[in-house]
Amino acid sequence: MARITMREAISQALWEEMERDAGVFILGEEVGVWGGTYAVTKGFYDHFGAERVRDTPIAEAAIIGATIGAALTGLKPVAELMTINFAFSAMEHIVNEAAKLHYMFGGQMILPLVIRTVGGGGRQLGATHSQTPDAIFAHFPGLKVVAPGTPEDAKGLLKSAIRSMDPVLFIEHATLYQVRGDVPEGDYTIPIGKSEVQRPGNDVTIVTYSKMLEISTKAADELAKQGIDVEIVDLRTLRPLDMDPVLESFKKTNRAVIVEEGWRSFGVGSEIAARIYELAFDYVDAPIQRVAQKEVPLPYNRTLEQSALPQVEDVIRAVKEVL
Amino acid sequence: MEKQEYLELYDQMVQIRLIEEQAAQLYQQGLIGGFLHLYIGQEAVSTGLISARQPQDRVITAYRDHGVAINCGISPNEVLAELLGKATGVSKGKGGSMHMADVTKNYWGGHAIVGAHLPIAAGLALGDKYQGNDGVTICMFGDGATNIGYFHEAVNLSKVWNLPVLWVCENNQYGMGTSVERASAVSEIRQKAEGYGIPNNRVNGMHVLEVRQAALEALEKIRQGNGPYFLEVITYRFRGHSMGDPERYRKADEIKRWQENDPIGIYRQTLIEQNIATDEELDVLDAQVEAIIQAATQFAVSSPEPAPEALYQHIYVED
Repeated sequence: MARITMREAISQALWEEMERDAGVFILGEEVGVWGGTYAVTKGFYDHFGAERVRDTPIAEAAIIGATIGAALTGLKPVAELMTINFAFSAMEHIVNEAAKLHYMFGGQMILPLVIRTVGGGGRQLGATHSQTPDAIFAHFPGLKVVAPGTPEDAKGLLKSAIRSMDPVLFIEHATLYQVRGDVPEGDYTIPIGKSEVQRPGNDVTIVTYSKMLEISTKAADELAKQGIDVEIVDLRTLRPLDMDPVLESFKKTNRAVIVEEGWRSFGVGSEIAARIYELAFDYVDAPIQRVAQKEVPLPYNRTLEQSALPQVEDVIRAVKEVL
Repeated sequence: MEKQEYLELYDQMVQIRLIEEQAAQLYQQGLIGGFLHLYIGQEAVSTGLISARQPQDRVITAYRDHGVAINCGISPNEVLAELLGKATGVSKGKGGSMHMADVTKNYWGGHAIVGAHLPIAAGLALGDKYQGNDGVTICMFGDGATNIGYFHEAVNLSKVWNLPVLWVCENNQYGMGTSVERASAVSEIRQKAEGYGIPNNRVNGMHVLEVRQAALEALEKIRQGNGPYFLEVITYRFRGHSMGDPERYRKADEIKRWQENDPIGIYRQTLIEQNIATDEELDVLDAQVEAIIQAATQFAVSSPEPAPEALYQHIYVED
């Protein structure tokens, strides 16, 4: 095991896959000469060259459209959308093309592509640059949506995404890049579409993913001091959604809190709660609680912004509510 | 060109005309659902264009795609079966009129969102360039598509990256019911290519041989590594935008004037005047195509519906 940051884990996955397969290449805004706005591709341009680390114009529809076209020719492009907020400028190509071409032409078109992007709030970037619209993308059949919460998962899942023959939206979190974690040595993958128990416990189930795994873990640590034993299930992939570990945990604890950074309405929590009620209704001992972002465009002011984002105390309060 | 090659172009144009007329009838009988955009009047464009391609050249187009499918070598059976939503259709009945493709014939669809396939075309060309293939991507679109952002992003990228793309604007004078003059800042669409420093040409789309010649010259330039080229082809659709178009936006005498310049009639005249074929020979060809389309209709009508399990097939490659 090596202890590295999330940024290093993602960077290693990209580097190793590019060394492994000449068909893998990167394209996006400032991925080359600049080294990536989050420095994930720092050093790539000098090592792999301009053909394989392609700086693009600021034109998201062109970036994702070209990614789709290149994938159709058998290459394995990895596009970087500087932030998920810019994905709206490429919405047509993500949800209407990438997610549909395989199905719509009767299985003829194969799109082995990855769109890496960065979501999340908490950096005082204002309403347009701070969103967590993961649920929107998870809504579309045909797309796979991955959002890791640890360096180990990030590296293994990104490798799986690059090797996958399906289009994968890979959502990183802007405030997790410096987080450190243990990562196995050498080549390994983690399968897409598998949720996992991140922390075993007996009293209550927290279902979460990405940045909110960190928040939920802090809450669980605090609750442990108060004698409350929390089990945390990390979804890791939003589509296809793996409910098995969630249901298994819930049947043990009979109580659940779902923690997500996006807005509550029509969100990930809505979906998970509905599925628990549908599939494990007899095991429900308390109404399921959802912790989510306040339903406002995120403000710039630090205090206001933090008050809108889910905090450790919000999770603790919700856990106590279901007990 | 050999005589057989001249006749092949004629044959394809008549096939398209008769398939489209058949499709209109099947639509009126309720056998075709959804939208149906006919290519009648524009046959010379894709026929001339695609006759100039090499097998390694990819073709991608918008939703008025049945004719392009025929030119790419897809059988009338598969086209009509797709229109009827049958399992034997070229997209297995899941695409319909606007989404026909056969990647084994380097025909990449059939895309229904205006302008959205242009960035994809840039990507196809990038794929060939990256892999050192000498194929050119031929991307067709209407005049209406040149007003949307995707067009500008894709055309710009093709120049910045020197991609082997032949951009082909089929200027049929109207984006749905809005004329070029009412929708585009410049009515000579090729001026938009000038803005991106892309060499270009404007050609009469009612003459199949003129289109073919312009395409041959353009493809040659691109294949030599000169980057993208832009071809504006002036044409006219004789029918409405789709079935059920009230056609309040154009006058009957305008349609009549264009119909007098029928691309099939013009080409037939050319073949006879240049002693390439006789009236009788062409009549025989017409009858043969008629029989092929009738048989294709029978094939489509009698083909099976997709199996119920097809509903969940091909959402992903890997489940």
